[in-house]
Amino acid sequence: MSPGVLGPETPAPEFTLRRQDGSEFTRADLLGQTTVLVFYPFAFSPVCTDQLNLYDDVLEDLQSQGATLYGVSCDAAYSQTAFREQLGVRIEQLSDFEPKGETCRAFGVYHPGGFPQRALVIVGPDGVVKWSYEADSPSELPGANLIFDGLAAVAAGSEASGQSG
Amino acid sequence: MSELRSAPVPELSPEDHLRGPDEAPLAIEYADFECPYCAALVARLAGSRLRRAFRHFPVRSSHPRAWAAACAAEAAGLQGCFWEMHDLLFADQARLEDPHLWERARTLGLDLERFDSDRRGDAVRARVRRDFESGVRAGVVTTPTVFAGGRMYTGQFDPAALA
Repeated sequence: MSPGVLGPETPAPEFTLRRQDGSEFTRADLLGQTTVLVFYPFAFSPVCTDQLNLYDDVLEDLQSQGATLYGVSCDAAYSQTAFREQLGVRIEQLSDFEPKGETCRAFGVYHPGGFPQRALVIVGPDGVVKWSYEADSPSELPGANLIFDGLAAVAAGSEASGQSG
Repeated sequence: MSELRSAPVPELSPEDHLRGPDEAPLAIEYADFECPYCAALVARLAGSRLRRAFRHFPVRSSHPRAWAAACAAEAAGLQGCFWEMHDLLFADQARLEDPHLWERARTLGLDLERFDSDRRGDAVRARVRRDFESGVRAGVVTTPTVFAGGRMYTGQFDPAALA
């Protein structure tokens, strides 16, 4: 198990991820928007594929709630690009490849197996975690309904956490 | 507020497509006509004694023809042939382009012009979307997902579990 995903009211840590074009994506990029970070174990593993496909299919609904989604894994940016193109999904991918898993560790979702635990983290425009959810196991698929629950909880100013366990 | 927040899987409604004996255990399937695992499940359930409800869960990004196929089934349903079209779609998932849909409609003796305008119409799209959204709210992520006996079965479902 991972140490546990960061809970609500925790400021997002400093981190550096890579966008697909190689540029940096850091904590500063979270500011001013509501961000949903979708941590998933591996590009091309069948379960992640279903999860991202579904989230992509409700992307307009998520965007209409003011949310920007990113997929985060420890795969190299090239692998993530190939993955995204093969799936035909629009969700931008962020790579935690080197130093491997450093951002995942900072968010408390790094699995000892060498990959991110499946988790959802909503960060508010102020850079503070508002809501989070960690799957019980990598084979559990968090439904898109959880993201909408999280966004609604954030909108309601609630401190309710969907964090399991 | 979004309409996609968590909610339990909806009870049966008059809108649901049902087959099987009324007294048999109920299985509500969320499925996609372009999904090979769904076709395998449907084949496995064909001989089972279950009361089955079919709900659409077309995943556009992985299955480009899933929506078209779902709308075709609904359009056939408006002419009383939902299950017949359902079976024909699952029987040949490699052939889901428009001419293949027309061919099936002809086989079923449907009014082709009406079939074609219905399947492209807003009412049919809204009907498919209602099923999809009810599935999202109930936590469906992948197909097939079956709700039966108070449990959610993802991917695999053995009808013997309810026997």
